[in-house]
This record gives sequence, C-alpha cells and structure tokens, in this order.
Amino acid sequence: MNIRISDIGTNSVGRIEIAGVSISLGAGADAFEAVRGLDFTILPGEFICILGPSGCGKSTLLGALAGHLPITAGELTVDGQPIRGPSPDRGMVFQQHTLFPWKRVRDNVAFGPKMRGLAKAERNRAADAILKLVGLSGFEAFYPAQLSGGMQQRVEIARVLINQPRVLLMDEPFSALDAQTRSMMQEVLLDIWSKIPTTTVFVTHDIDEALFLADRIVVMSARPGSLIEDIALPFGRPRSHDLVTEPEFVRLKRHVMELLRRPEGSAPLARLSPLGM
Amino acid sequence: MATPLRVPRPAGIRWAIRGLSILACVGLWQIASTTHANLGIVTFRNVPPPVEVVQSAVALFRSPKLAAHVSSSLWRVFAGYVAAVVIGVILGFAIGRSRAASDLLLPPLELLRPIPAVAWIPLSILIFPSSELSMIYITFIGALFPIVLNTVHGVANVDRRLVASARSLGAGGIAILREVVLPDAAPSIVTGLAIGMGTSWFCLVTAEMISGQFGIGYYTWEAYTLQNYADIIVGMLIIGLLGMGSSWPLTTAGRLLMPWRSPQVAR
Repeated sequence: MNIRISDIGTNSVGRIEIAGVSISLGAGADAFEAVRGLDFTILPGEFICILGPSGCGKSTLLGALAGHLPITAGELTVDGQPIRGPSPDRGMVFQQHTLFPWKRVRDNVAFGPKMRGLAKAERNRAADAILKLVGLSGFEAFYPAQLSGGMQQRVEIARVLINQPRVLLMDEPFSALDAQTRSMMQEVLLDIWSKIPTTTVFVTHDIDEALFLADRIVVMSARPGSLIEDIALPFGRPRSHDLVTEPEFVRLKRHVMELLRRPEGSAPLARLSPLGM
Repeated sequence: MATPLRVPRPAGIRWAIRGLSILACVGLWQIASTTHANLGIVTFRNVPPPVEVVQSAVALFRSPKLAAHVSSSLWRVFAGYVAAVVIGVILGFAIGRSRAASDLLLPPLELLRPIPAVAWIPLSILIFPSSELSMIYITFIGALFPIVLNTVHGVANVDRRLVASARSLGAGGIAILREVVLPDAAPSIVTGLAIGMGTSWFCLVTAEMISGQFGIGYYTWEAYTLQNYADIIVGMLIIGLLGMGSSWPLTTAGRLLMPWRSPQVAR
C-alpha cells in the first residue's frame, strides 16, 4: 500500500500480469470454466477495456483481479505481487447500488481512509477534495438515495480513488444509466483519469464505449472466455464524442462487431457476477 | 365503470371525522350498557357504562395502588424484554453470520418456537424459585423469538455486494459487522424489536392473571373475581396504553437512528 501520488501514472505502479489464468465457478455438477487460459499484460497507467458477449467471463476476471474470486490455474499479479484477496490497492466499481445507503456521500467516500485509521477531520478533508474532483461539491451531506444514477457512480469512483489504488477495476459501471448520462459519464471518467492516471480495467459489452474510452481493447470469446484479439487504439487524447463518427472509429467498430458476432441460432448467456455464483 | 375523480378533503375535516367516530363508539357503548342490550350472542347486561368506567379510573388514579400495579408490570416487561433483546440480537447475529452457529443453535430454537409463550406458564412456575421470575421468563420467551428470527433474517440477507465493496475498501471482519451488517440489518432488527415488545406485553398480562399479586394484568383479573366490572375495563385500557407507550419510543428511536430511510431530513 502507501504509494505516493507522484508515483501514479509514472510507469512505476499498476502493472498487471495475467499468465495462463483459468477460473472455474460453481460447485459439484454445476461447476463450469468461466475463463480459460488468458494471457496478457496491462501496463502501468494504461486504460484497457475488456469487451465480450454477456457471460463470457470478463466480470469473472475482474472479480479475480479484485480478489473476490480465486483463480484455478495460472498466475495473476499486480506489480509482481500475487493477488490473495480484496485490497484497497485494487479499487472496484460495480454496476450499481454498492454505496452504503446509510452513509452520507462524504462518509461513503471517507470509508477507505476510516478503515486505515485516519482521523475524522483529515478524512473528511480528503473526501471533500476528491468529491470536488468528480464534480460533486455541494452534495457531501446527501444520502445516496437522493442522488441520480450518474451522481451515484461518481461517488463510487471517488470512494475508490481516495485510496490511491494501483489499479481501478470497473464492472460495466455505466450500463445501468440512460444513454445521455452514460456518454456524459464516459467523458467525466476520462477527465478524472487524466488528472489521476491510474491503470484502469474497464469491463463492458458496449463496443462504442470500449472504443471511446480505451487505449487498448481486449476482445473475449463466449464461454469459456478466452482472448480473441488484443487491439491497440490509435486515437489521441483528450477525446470528445465527435470521435465516434470518424472513419477509423467506424472501421474498428465494424471489425469488433464481426469478432463478436454470435453463431446463428445460439442463445445469449446469463451475465456473470464478479462475486461468482 | 370509470371512478369519479375525488377531491381530497382538508385535513381538519378528516380529523374531525376521526374524532366523531370514536365519540360515536363511546356513545353506542353508553346506550347498549344503560339499556342492558341483549344481542343474542353477546349481552351488555354486566357491562358497565363509560361514565362508571371513568369514575373507576379517577378513583384508581387517586389511589396508591395504581403506581404499585403499573410499576411491577413495567419492571417485569423491562427485565424480560431487555434480556430478550440482548440474547436475541446476539443469537440472531451468530446464526445469521455463521453456518456452524446456525447448525448448532437453530434446531433447538425451531423446536421451541411453535410453543406459545403462554403454554410455558405452568412449567415456568415449576422451574423458577419465585413467581416473579417465572413471569419475567414468560415475557422474555414471548419477545425472544420475533427478535431472533427478524435479526437472523436481516443479518443473513445482507447485500453481499456491499460486503464485497467494504472488503475492497480495506474493511476487516469487525468493521464489516459494525459498518455494513449492523446498519443493513437494522430495519429488520427494529421490526423484530417492535413485534417482540407487543408479544411480551401480551404474555405478561396473561402470566399476571395466573400467578401475580401485583401488576396490571393481575388487577384486571382481580376486578373480575371481585365483580368490580368497571375496573376490568380500566385495566384493559391501561394495558393498551402501556403497550402503545412502550412501542412508541422504539419506532421513534428506529426512525432517528435510521435517517437514510426517510431521507427528506438530510443536510
């Protein structure tokens, strides 16, 4: 833990090595392999999107990175350290509704520092500062239920980033939002990420979202999830939503759609949770 | 058929209607008891009219007996209920959080649960050295099961994504209990506490009728055996008031301790 803010984004923290990783879920006769033989490296400060059809095991991989699920084969390390369980070093943002409903926004965000034993005044100051960064000044004393879906996700991001994690893990964080809020939140996220350039692993099944956000896209196949293609994106930053109409964007989108095309007549799989079965 | 659009009545008029409804009930009671109405299945021949009940109530409120009766009932409920809260919440947390505790503790509790607390009265008189303790035990056993079961329900159904989030944010076992499990289960626990309060009053009054020497249940039963019929109704009304007065602090405390449940009071 205790990494210095000056280390973040300086190519020294947040390197993820995924080597021959397989993950099985379920027990007994219901057991199945959700992820098989994944191999790739995520560089410090990189923004990577994992894209794949529903049920392909991309959230399962994220759950393993967060330390909520054990891997059954291979090696999973962050900055050379094998993952042995959940840690504030690897912050996780879920799809929705994982703020503590009984805590005000400020106390939700200050939860990590509280667990580290920071004094109340100090952790409140830190929480207010990061809430300002995500654009939620003035909402510190609200309860989560009083905020819109987009604002709740900003609180989620702030609550994780206050711990200065080595990596930021996001499990379809905007998929429960309406289209307009979603595209606004994508810009908000890129803005936050440009100020705190943490290694980010972002799971989505939305091709536009992946192409708009990422430096690199990892495309996964249906179950058991394995890597189909690893695509480095050529788009510069900062990005705006004008990008989505550029020919190169459209060409890549068509290519990815082709990769993800489901065989005729096959049914979609149920979504998997990063917490397992 | 279309329902006609209804204009809501002003609040003042609604309160007036509610008040009149109660007055009408008292009025009907007065008429039925003064005319000794016999309705076939029920008869008002021995029912005292409200005026007599008020006179008896005034007499009781002037006598020192009231304080003795009320205080011994309150003490018994307090002792039995507090014991049920402490033991019930601890048992509920253990059973809800740990599979071993659940396997160990739940089977005997499930066996005892269908036995109504009132059915414990004869055995509890045999078990405990004083009738005082046996009455406290009856109120305890009456409150215990709703508290245990609601606590188990709340604790076992804690959102595991919230627990996972807390763990990811650096919370350990104790912190998760305090910061996540307790507040998430709190509404269910408070429901159990409110139901338990009701059942412990119910059980106490029954127990006092059988083996008390003081207490408001005893007072009501004694009034019957001494044929002071107006006092029966005074006793009933006091029991109702005490029961209401005991659950009110609970629901109020619940609301104050869980402000996120009614978030218009935020800021």
